[in-house]
Amino acid sequence: MLEVQNATKRFGGLVAVNQASLKVAAGSITGLIGPNGAGKTTLFTLISGFERPTEGRVLFESQDISGDEPHIRARRGIARTFQIVQPFAGLSVVENIAVGAHLRHAKRSDAMARAEEVGRRVGLGPELDKSASSLTVAGRKRLELARALATEPKLLLLDEVLAGLNPSEIRDIIPVVRAIRDEGVTILMIEHVMQAVMNLCEQVYVLAQGQIIAEGPPAEVCDDATVIEAYLGAGAAERLKREKVHA
Amino acid sequence: MTFRDIVPILVLISLLAFVPVFVTANTVLNFLVFTLIIALAAQGWNILGGFGGQFSFGHAAFFGTGAYVAALLQVRLGFNPWVAFAIGAVAGAAVGWMIGYLSFRSGLRGSYFALVTLAFAEVLRILANAAAFTGGAAGVLIKLDVRPENFQFESRAAFFWIALALVGATLVLTRWIERSRFGAQLVAVRENEAAAKALGVDTLRVKLGAITLSGAVTAAAGCLYAQYFLYVDANIAYGTWISVEAILAPIVGGLGTVFGPLVGAVALHGLGEITKLAAGSVPGIDLMVFGGLLVVAVAFAPDGILGLLRRLRRPVQTSGAARHA
Ligand SMILES: Nc1ncnc2c1ncn2[C@@H]1O[C@H](COP(=O)(O)OP(=O)(O)OP(=O)(O)O)[C@@H](O)[C@H]1O
Ligand SMILES: [Mg+2]
Repeated sequence: MLEVQNATKRFGGLVAVNQASLKVAAGSITGLIGPNGAGKTTLFTLISGFERPTEGRVLFESQDISGDEPHIRARRGIARTFQIVQPFAGLSVVENIAVGAHLRHAKRSDAMARAEEVGRRVGLGPELDKSASSLTVAGRKRLELARALATEPKLLLLDEVLAGLNPSEIRDIIPVVRAIRDEGVTILMIEHVMQAVMNLCEQVYVLAQGQIIAEGPPAEVCDDATVIEAYLGAGAAERLKREKVHA
Repeated sequence: MTFRDIVPILVLISLLAFVPVFVTANTVLNFLVFTLIIALAAQGWNILGGFGGQFSFGHAAFFGTGAYVAALLQVRLGFNPWVAFAIGAVAGAAVGWMIGYLSFRSGLRGSYFALVTLAFAEVLRILANAAAFTGGAAGVLIKLDVRPENFQFESRAAFFWIALALVGATLVLTRWIERSRFGAQLVAVRENEAAAKALGVDTLRVKLGAITLSGAVTAAAGCLYAQYFLYVDANIAYGTWISVEAILAPIVGGLGTVFGPLVGAVALHGLGEITKLAAGSVPGIDLMVFGGLLVVAVAFAPDGILGLLRRLRRPVQTSGAARHA
């Protein structure tokens, strides 16, 4: 469904994404993990069209979309959430979601009805008429998810929608994500919460310093020596193994 | 938009239409027509600035274009004034689209956009002041020829009704914007452009649509001005005064609301007129009132008079939700 081919993104001298390639199969939940500053969000901006890759291509449903504006990609069926939440602060929750719903519904009443439905679905039912600026962190994350979902996407890009939530909030939202996939929406998610990655993802890519250093099912990837070192520094895998033996 | 959405507008306009029955003094009618013209110009500004969040400091560019096109087409080329009026509004739309295309396409926003619009208005003012075709500094005089088919009337009330009809039509237009997909997307652009894009909003197209409508409405106000006073010069048509009027009325009345510009224009000019009467001939006293009212509005009623009223009625509502309820 989605294929990123050798994408590189430079910001001046800084190479944020370096020759990264990945594939997301239709109907899957694929994870993208990696340490802070690895370039995960930057890779999302390349897929969603907010930035153009310096080199490489992005294919969606086998078509090269590298040159498309973000709103065109949204129309094709790619929706993203923002790691730093971007609510329409002056609008109510349901009006926020309705902006997304308007992508497929021209009539105001249709879009509002759809927005209410989606809002309830992600657990924002009681908050629908409140101002978006009055939401808690968890509420805002849900709002990001709801707005993206309201565009009725084929591919949903989730950028750390669980960050900042407490364990019980995370437990609440994991089934919501899974249910979205079960309805046929393909998901690519950036996540630091390993519990969620282990729980949800079938396939995981690991990005470190702009490069994809590992891929595979989550359990395998987490045992991978290069991955452990990317997170914990050189020699860490060795140390861990020794500690295990001693223990 | 349903019929119910426009009922309050129809009621208000019908009530206002009776004003000339009770008020016949020419000075008062003059004042009312002038206030409606300002309200119309401000309604135009409000579409782009209030709903779209793109603050223009140069709506004189549209007002002046409307005024000059309406005047010059009849004086120089012999057009019927009604036709000239319509073309004037279309010309305002065209200038709006052009300024929008040049500035939005290059990603200008915030104070940069404001400055660019100001610059456009100033350039047009200087050109109109210099060119022979526009009558230069002497301006254009429309020949007095009082016939309805000539868009000139014996009674000031007729002008009042025409101005009122245009304000009413724009109220309906604004209500439609508020209730439409275009309006939802325009407000989304105002609130957060990146988020709007991510949700599939073609932000350039939406902003261009807004500035085009905005230009047409404010230009219509300019046409009306020319037709009422039968005289246009560069400092009137393209002067900063009208850009300022067009901004102040919505801010005082309620930014991004349907009735805000009308309420604001009436409040500002009503109060200005009253103080002029009360204070006699202190020069500039009405301007001081303007300034004072603006300070009060920004400090105590950030959502304008309408927002204030709504807050008094429903004190627990948050301002954001109340504004769009
Ligand atoms: N617009 C930009 N201009 C310049 N540098 C940027 C820009 N966006 C990102 N970067 C840099 O690119 C690198 C990768 O950033 P990115 O946000 O993609 O990381 P990340 O993997 O999402 O990190 P985190 O887990 O903290 O969200 C960082 O060093 C960041 O400072
Ligand atoms: Mg990130």
